[in-house]
Amino acid sequence: MSKPLNIFTDNLEEIIEIARTILPPKKMEEIEEKVIKNEKLTDKQKLLIVRDAIIIYTRSLAHPGEPVGTVAAQSIGEPGTQMTLRTFHYAGVIEFDVTLGLPRLIEIVDARREPSTPIMTVYLDEKHRYDEEKAKEIARRLQYTTVGNVIDEVQYALGSNEFYVILDPEMLEDRGVTVEKVVEALKRSKLGEVEETDEPYVIRLLASERVLPPEYYFDPMAYKEVENKIKKVYLKGIKGIKRAVIQAEEKEVNGEKVKEYYIVTEGSNLAEVLRVRGVDHRRTTTNNIHEIAQVLGIEAARNAIINEIMKVLKDAGLDVDIRHVMLVADMMTFTGKIRQIGRLGIAGEKESVLARAVFEMTVKNLYDAAATGEIEDFRGVSEKSIIGQPPPVGTGVVVWLKTREK
Amino acid sequence: MPSRSKRRVSKKILEHELVPKHEVLSFEEAVEVLRKLGVPPSRLPAISVNDPVVQLIGAKPGDIIKITRKSPTAGEAVYYRIVVAF
Repeated sequence: MSKPLNIFTDNLEEIIEIARTILPPKKMEEIEEKVIKNEKLTDKQKLLIVRDAIIIYTRSLAHPGEPVGTVAAQSIGEPGTQMTLRTFHYAGVIEFDVTLGLPRLIEIVDARREPSTPIMTVYLDEKHRYDEEKAKEIARRLQYTTVGNVIDEVQYALGSNEFYVILDPEMLEDRGVTVEKVVEALKRSKLGEVEETDEPYVIRLLASERVLPPEYYFDPMAYKEVENKIKKVYLKGIKGIKRAVIQAEEKEVNGEKVKEYYIVTEGSNLAEVLRVRGVDHRRTTTNNIHEIAQVLGIEAARNAIINEIMKVLKDAGLDVDIRHVMLVADMMTFTGKIRQIGRLGIAGEKESVLARAVFEMTVKNLYDAAATGEIEDFRGVSEKSIIGQPPPVGTGVVVWLKTREK
Repeated sequence: MPSRSKRRVSKKILEHELVPKHEVLSFEEAVEVLRKLGVPPSRLPAISVNDPVVQLIGAKPGDIIKITRKSPTAGEAVYYRIVVAF
């Protein structure tokens, strides 16, 4: 260890050095700006202020043995009870039905594979973000589009292999697809011979024998199947993105007020969307935390968990300190994978038999422990409480180790 | 051919605002960190070798990674994770 820090020094330089090693950078910046650079203060005053800052900061740190987990649970849980009772009207993305409030909170801490409403927020790069038309173009590029999305209907008659695909001009325009593109896609699908007819927006498809064998010529189900195959032919877009809607946000850039456009999508596919040209790969996110862990890593997932939980709490008008949420996120990502908070995750991986039994499925846990011959060490809080000994919390973490006299 | 397009995205993820800075510690630095924290490597938080960021910076199981997080409370916070093989 280096020499002990003397905070009662009379040297201003020295106390600033000490403060740098103890205080977090953000607080230090504030002190530097408001105190050290302040010309109205004497050196003596500065010294005292910095010293007080160090003392107050050190005092307000979590003490050894402080049950931070319990405090976090209470601090999120108590306001959470109000969330269920108060209905809250969400004024945001009107087009989408987004899971919010308690159900969403449970979804996050349970670490579900798929959120019940996967949503992506796709930001655009410099070139595209201030122009609604360009934003629309990218939205079209994202939206998963099949032939079924742009047609009016598929007509056919039993007894022949002729199918007429009747396109809907409005939908073509909306999705940004041309007739030629549809013809090309149908040709690529190898369902049969494709050709444009004399009538506009009508495409004829002669189903091949492989797709519709002659012996099925009078089976309506076979025709229905071919129709479905035609409708499923891929045109453009990214798999999983069901809908893409443009949103705008007022923003100030270089003192000027401008509208920034971004895209909100129903459905999520982060890896593919990040690859699309025109998408801002720095800010684009999804609400699917497992997907973030897979594409951006576990640290990004930790940040995503914090953001998502804070968003839910803020939307409900609850003021929960972010430190509690950070602790939850740290615990959930401790092993490098996302663990849920519950019997299949953090609580279920506890070493102690009794601690697990206290949480959920008491009898099952005790049976299993007995069958496999587990040993209880009585070291944790729950176990000690059960047998009536002081739990290792607060001053209880200090134990006296005494060698037995012989 | 997963090579080119995949690699391009891979580099990009390091610039994402959700991804903090990851650095592999040298052996000496790692020993120093463990001594300062007073824990064996097995007690450190883990990160998988298959984690995209770990693969990009080329860390191997057993390496300790220094993560410099942007924290809304402290400005900057340092965290350590050990690379595990699973």
